[in-house]
Amino acid sequence: MERFSTLVFVAGIGCFAVAFLLSMIFPWMSLYSYHGMDFQTIEKLAEKPSVEFVELSQKFPESFKQHYGEVTPASYAEALQLGRDVYVGQACWHCHSQYVRVVSNEHVRWGPPSSAQEYQNALNQPHLWGTRRVGPDLAREGGKKSNDWHIAHFMNPKSVVPHSVMPAYPFYFDEKGVPDKKGIALVTYLQWLGTVQAGIPVAERITP
Amino acid sequence: MNAAAAISGVHGESLVNYKLIKAHLFAGALCLVVSMVAGYLYSLQFLGFFPLQGSWTHSPGHFRLLHTNMAAYGWLVNGFTAMLYYVVPRLTGKKVLSDGLGALIFWAWQLIVVLAIVGYMTDKAQAIEWGETPTGFRPGTFEMNYVPVDALVVVGAVLVIVQFMTPLFKAREQRFYVTLWYVTAGLVWLALTYLMGNIMPEWMLPGAAGAAVTGLFIHDLVGLYVTPMGWGMMYFFVPLILRKPIWSHSLSVIGFWALAFFYPLGGVHHFLISPIPDYVEFGAITTTIAIEVVVTTVVVNFFMTLRGKWSALRSSMAIRWFYVGAVFYFITCLQCAFQVTWMFQKVIHFTDWVVGHAHLIMFGVFTFWLFGVIEWLWPRVCRRNWYSQSLRSWHFWMWSVGVLIMFFDLMIAGLVHGFMQRDLNDWSDILRMSEPFWWVRTFSGAMILIGLFCVLYNMYMTAKAGEVYEEEKHLVPVSAD
Repeated sequence: MERFSTLVFVAGIGCFAVAFLLSMIFPWMSLYSYHGMDFQTIEKLAEKPSVEFVELSQKFPESFKQHYGEVTPASYAEALQLGRDVYVGQACWHCHSQYVRVVSNEHVRWGPPSSAQEYQNALNQPHLWGTRRVGPDLAREGGKKSNDWHIAHFMNPKSVVPHSVMPAYPFYFDEKGVPDKKGIALVTYLQWLGTVQAGIPVAERITP
Repeated sequence: MNAAAAISGVHGESLVNYKLIKAHLFAGALCLVVSMVAGYLYSLQFLGFFPLQGSWTHSPGHFRLLHTNMAAYGWLVNGFTAMLYYVVPRLTGKKVLSDGLGALIFWAWQLIVVLAIVGYMTDKAQAIEWGETPTGFRPGTFEMNYVPVDALVVVGAVLVIVQFMTPLFKAREQRFYVTLWYVTAGLVWLALTYLMGNIMPEWMLPGAAGAAVTGLFIHDLVGLYVTPMGWGMMYFFVPLILRKPIWSHSLSVIGFWALAFFYPLGGVHHFLISPIPDYVEFGAITTTIAIEVVVTTVVVNFFMTLRGKWSALRSSMAIRWFYVGAVFYFITCLQCAFQVTWMFQKVIHFTDWVVGHAHLIMFGVFTFWLFGVIEWLWPRVCRRNWYSQSLRSWHFWMWSVGVLIMFFDLMIAGLVHGFMQRDLNDWSDILRMSEPFWWVRTFSGAMILIGLFCVLYNMYMTAKAGEVYEEEKHLVPVSAD
């Protein structure tokens, strides 16, 4: 029991493998068998560019043209991926969670509870659930606020939410509020969040 | 090898490379300063005083990454490696593989730390909590955008394993003292954990299945690297300094195998009431509560060892750090057994409660134990007496009081936040209610920082200007000690 090989093989590898089986293989298997989950690639997610993305292209034609060209599935995919990269790089997900639980009135505050299927896509690899909510949950953020609100908020959060403790991100915008490549990407990504959820088609979730 | 041989001081002296211990301890302490300063700056953001506003490279989020990752990869890894250089040769009676390899590991590890810092500052972090070390690839693809720090960490970990497994393997016919069980298994677990956590969610498992793995990764890094190293370290240094064997050998056997079995099963408890299947969550909850029983056996063992030697709390600074750390350890793990239930999770998940818990376990427990080792080892490594006795006291008291204030403050802040969130208060009101708690946190952070500067200055001056070391002075109680 107290010799090298027991420790390496039984404790080191054996116990680790048991845990790996129970907390990784099992959930993986049941998630797949019960939900029949299809993985959505970034191309699939970006098939229909969002209304907000179109609006960004109309409102900031010069910046948009320079960085993304036309509104196409390809440019939408590029913006989504870059937006996620910025969101990860700036560690946004350490203060904003991305899942709605079925407890504590969360469905009232944020929207429908999260399901496993909606995370089966390229923009959730790795997932960005987060473990802390200094700011609001963002799992249902898409379409809740206008692009203008997001831009004003990024440039100076206190201008729209007086008690906000969020840092300002003015470096993605010029002084007039015109977003650069990363600015457009970030807003596009935020407006995408929650839109893959089953039963809510992209076109219907927006109130004009 | 039995405990008596382990604590006979003269035996291993010639086997130990003191230069490497000194280098790792000092590098670790410097990383801890980086971590703490970053955490302090980050806390200022919550009060509206963040001083480096307006640049994408040093935005507050990056300091959060620095704070957690430097504590883990900079401070704890360096500290534990130093500990291994002292403990492994003494217990096995064999030298580590090579001193040259030791130097290589030291510099490779500091390079990893610097590359990780630069990576965080330039938006290259990976989206895996506690494993943010840059992959070097754009997410989900094989386009390189930075140095692959993850791969370097794996190489570094393999070198560490080769270095320390060599003496362990050479001693494979011996019966190992309990410390070596933890070291042997902990080194295997480190490699497996890091590989699993950094590769699977990034390249293979999206969404909920990946979340189960990242939860397991956060948990295993603490439970299968930091905890075994910490316990192993305590089992070595406590009997050594108290000059008596550990109270119960059987309890340490139970503690080890229960840790090995139960600890890795609790990983999913980081994402409870989530899209991860419920039966996995229940398994994680049950085993997490079981861990509390394991921890109790260990803590009982340490305190029974101290019985009859309570005066050591006054005479030995190291023992003081160890045992205050052990009390904190019991508090954290007791808290854990409650907070892991759904009843608590409904309220406290996503709040400062969890932050307080993490601070107590990382800075109140394992950092305390490593400070205990530094207290004891630094004069022996430098062959000089501690430069200042009062700085040692300041260090201890600033940390003990600071960490406790921070813990209770964040715990209450978490309850306030959690209940307000449940009761559908406006989000701005939640922030306003949290603000006083954040002020207290920043205040306690300042105490911790002051204590840290005390020890760093003291370590530096001891190495440079302390009087020549006398063993006696460290055994007899001195007034300020």
